[in-house]
Amino acid sequence: MAVGQNVLRKEGYEKLTGAARYIDDITLDGMLHGKTIRSSIPCGRIKSITFDPDYDWSRIVVADYRDIPGNNYVALIENDQPLLAETEIRHCEEPILLIAAESKHEAEVAARHIRIEYEESPPVLTIEEALEGDRIIYGSDNIFKSFLIARGDVDEGFKQAHTIVEGEYRVPHQEQLYIEPQGMIAIPGDNAMTVMGSMQCPYYIHKALKHVFNLSDEQVIVIQTTTGGGFGGKEEYPSVIAAHAALLAHKAGRPVKLVYDRAEDIAATPKRHPGIIRHRTGVTKEGQLVASEIDILFDGGAYVTLSPVVLSRGAIHALGPYRCDNVRITARAVATNTPPNGAFRGFGAPQVTFAYEMQMEKVAAKLILDSVTIRQINMLREGDITATGQRLNWSVGSEDVFNAVVDRKKFFEKRGNAADKSDLRGKLYGIGLSFFFHGAGFTGSGEAKMKAQAGIGITPEGRARVLSGSTEIGQGTRTIFSQIVADELGIGCDDVEVEEPDTSRVPDSGPTVASRTCMVVGRVVQLAAYEVKQKLLRFVAERYGDADVKLIEGRFDANGKELASFSEIARAYLDLRGELKAYASYANPPGIEWDDETYTGDAYPVFSWGAMVAEVEVDPVTWAVTVTKITTAQDIGRAINPVLAAGQIEGGTLQAVGYGVLEELVWNRGRIINNQLTNYIIPTSLDAPEIETIIIEKEYPHGPFGAKGVGELPMDGAAPAIALAVYDAVGHFVTEIPITPERLMVVAG
Amino acid sequence: MCIVSVISVISVAKNVCPNLVWSDLEAKKSMKLNFRVNGVEREIDAPPMKRLLDALREDLRLTGTKEGCGEGECGACSVIVDGEALNSCLAPVCQMQNANIITVEGLARDGKLDPLQQAFLECGAAQCGICTPGMLIAARALLDANRRPSRDEIKEAIAGNLCRCTGYVKIIDAIEQAASAA
Repeated sequence: MAVGQNVLRKEGYEKLTGAARYIDDITLDGMLHGKTIRSSIPCGRIKSITFDPDYDWSRIVVADYRDIPGNNYVALIENDQPLLAETEIRHCEEPILLIAAESKHEAEVAARHIRIEYEESPPVLTIEEALEGDRIIYGSDNIFKSFLIARGDVDEGFKQAHTIVEGEYRVPHQEQLYIEPQGMIAIPGDNAMTVMGSMQCPYYIHKALKHVFNLSDEQVIVIQTTTGGGFGGKEEYPSVIAAHAALLAHKAGRPVKLVYDRAEDIAATPKRHPGIIRHRTGVTKEGQLVASEIDILFDGGAYVTLSPVVLSRGAIHALGPYRCDNVRITARAVATNTPPNGAFRGFGAPQVTFAYEMQMEKVAAKLILDSVTIRQINMLREGDITATGQRLNWSVGSEDVFNAVVDRKKFFEKRGNAADKSDLRGKLYGIGLSFFFHGAGFTGSGEAKMKAQAGIGITPEGRARVLSGSTEIGQGTRTIFSQIVADELGIGCDDVEVEEPDTSRVPDSGPTVASRTCMVVGRVVQLAAYEVKQKLLRFVAERYGDADVKLIEGRFDANGKELASFSEIARAYLDLRGELKAYASYANPPGIEWDDETYTGDAYPVFSWGAMVAEVEVDPVTWAVTVTKITTAQDIGRAINPVLAAGQIEGGTLQAVGYGVLEELVWNRGRIINNQLTNYIIPTSLDAPEIETIIIEKEYPHGPFGAKGVGELPMDGAAPAIALAVYDAVGHFVTEIPITPERLMVVAG
Repeated sequence: MCIVSVISVISVAKNVCPNLVWSDLEAKKSMKLNFRVNGVEREIDAPPMKRLLDALREDLRLTGTKEGCGEGECGACSVIVDGEALNSCLAPVCQMQNANIITVEGLARDGKLDPLQQAFLECGAAQCGICTPGMLIAARALLDANRRPSRDEIKEAIAGNLCRCTGYVKIIDAIEQAASAA
């Protein structure tokens, strides 16, 4: 068996020797270097664009919106984001012009010879300003999207409540900060366009390019190059860069490389949505939730992009992994004159998780209940019903994860022990916990509509080849797909190849997002492998009469007699019948139903579950918070590759530590002013706590070998666990992250 | 290697001419430079202020060394120069005359991985892989100077190399494993 083994990373050798080619490592003959000229105001209109008449423009390719052969928008949920501004400016990083030159240097110099003048309008920069409605920048009320989730009777619930607790929580922007900046190379063809680069979702780019150039499916080819991290940041924005590079390439008739430097990447690309989340919770004397009213506000930025789906996930997760029969969740994403916010690991859930876990602790404190009891009383268990009315029928690891990390006795010993609270260096010790869940796959009817496809082909050498649009972005797609296929076919992992994501060679498996690659696409890959196996079994049966054919450990047996190896039979099939390929597509498990109108039903086919204990030291002089240890248990169904799965959990946890205590974007009139690694601080090895990971495997009957999603769950729990540890250490309850020394000092008065 | 002097050259230049960017400095007249990269004598003709990073990637086509930030914060461009790890994005190539440089491409010998590379592979220390070359270089420089580092010493040695995927756990494990295997 390959599944459950720590099979070595498929592309590990290339990555370790420097041989892997990332987009900036590729140079093509005749290639030009592109640059994006952006707005310098958050809101207004372009008055004039002046090209310095003393500069030699003959060497420079310039493109503006008039050069777009097709539609001037970046196709996504709504087509409201222009590829290049025409006259209206809606945020500070709005792309206006594109230039390309023989070298990066020349493009930089040329850019300094362009002057753009504007007629400025007062911008809408915050959620509050958007809601005040003094200036309308979208629709009639600045609201991109709103949702209502209602269950039971909230008013009645509050009447039954012994205590009502209110809380308001604020969460910031966060930058994905993949270490490889975004970039693309476009290669123009005869009525065709090929783009390669750093990306999560080749078919998003494929669609966007078709709209921009009025080309057909076959005329556009998108190829993923080795991608140096994504975390959601390379979900939707690469379509913009790809189309920009392609437009320059189209105009120049030469390949164009467009790679951002770090400053541009941080300034212009999407961030995690900042938000304001308000809770009003009714509880009985014993601590049982009887009413919950939650209002979510997310800042979507200047264009719709992915805000509706981020908001949807936020709303569905807003109550947390808790039971409450009377719920009313309202959620709105508003428009502001800031760069569009978008996908970032967790996708709306980390924001609401911070809020519901802080609120849970607030409720406990009000009732003089402890952190563990309040959660145990209200925890969702198998058979319970969520806020959207979903009955949890399978793979509910809630108690398992909770019990794995929360040893009641030890937790309260540590929490209560005054001797531990202050060590010799004068630091204050604190411990906190969080409990959370994450729905895997697209929300609601998403997967049913998407019908993700994947295939298995057989190579001339008789090896299996995975055909899927799912990308390897470091999380281990290639390795786990190989393991799944190896076990389904009964062959070794080394006999499975994974085709590079190239839209001319792989089907649309949907985007590489939403913790769906293993659970959803992995399942489809498994089904396709099953089809290939059946074809080969039938082939062998036909050749050997009605023999009882079996495929065991990579060898075909007929009537108990060993025939030949998998690869020999596969090659024989190719010789006699030509090609061998099988495709499969995803369908939700039976009984999974969702109503988009009422926002009720099975929001996800299954949830992954997590619990976390964070330990911190707070310096009472500087208020600096050091996270010393994180212990976490996460139920992911089945770890196809335990080392890779633990790597997801550790990495996601540290990103969430950054979200909780370090990472803060500083804004000035709609522009990020710390768009550098010097002053946007992400955790280094010295900021990283010791992380102890416990993987819980409550198998999901409809996942590949029982697997659920793992990618995003680890991002959800750390911020509240740390904030509650800080509360334990210093006695001050923070309602806003990151818990920087400055912010904690203010809270502490 | 004196990085401070490089920074002061740039800051002085920037004070004199505030609109100056790296690429202006780089665009000066070329000079011939000789140094050794991964055991091979190389000669390049480059502007003196060209970044070592660009000389490696563009002139020598050694693209294993990566650029993550261009300001010495992320460490993706780390190379070993005369035994010490440094950020090649902050080092002008004119300071490399007669230097002995090791890049990620120089770690494996005859197709056999360096013990660090092997440990990174086995421990799952490389995910997206973009920080890996710099991380390996920082770790190699550490182990060359300190054969049995403690976990804290490892953390200190890679503190200038940012990784966004792993949470550093498996990177530290891998360096420890390589050290104990040596």
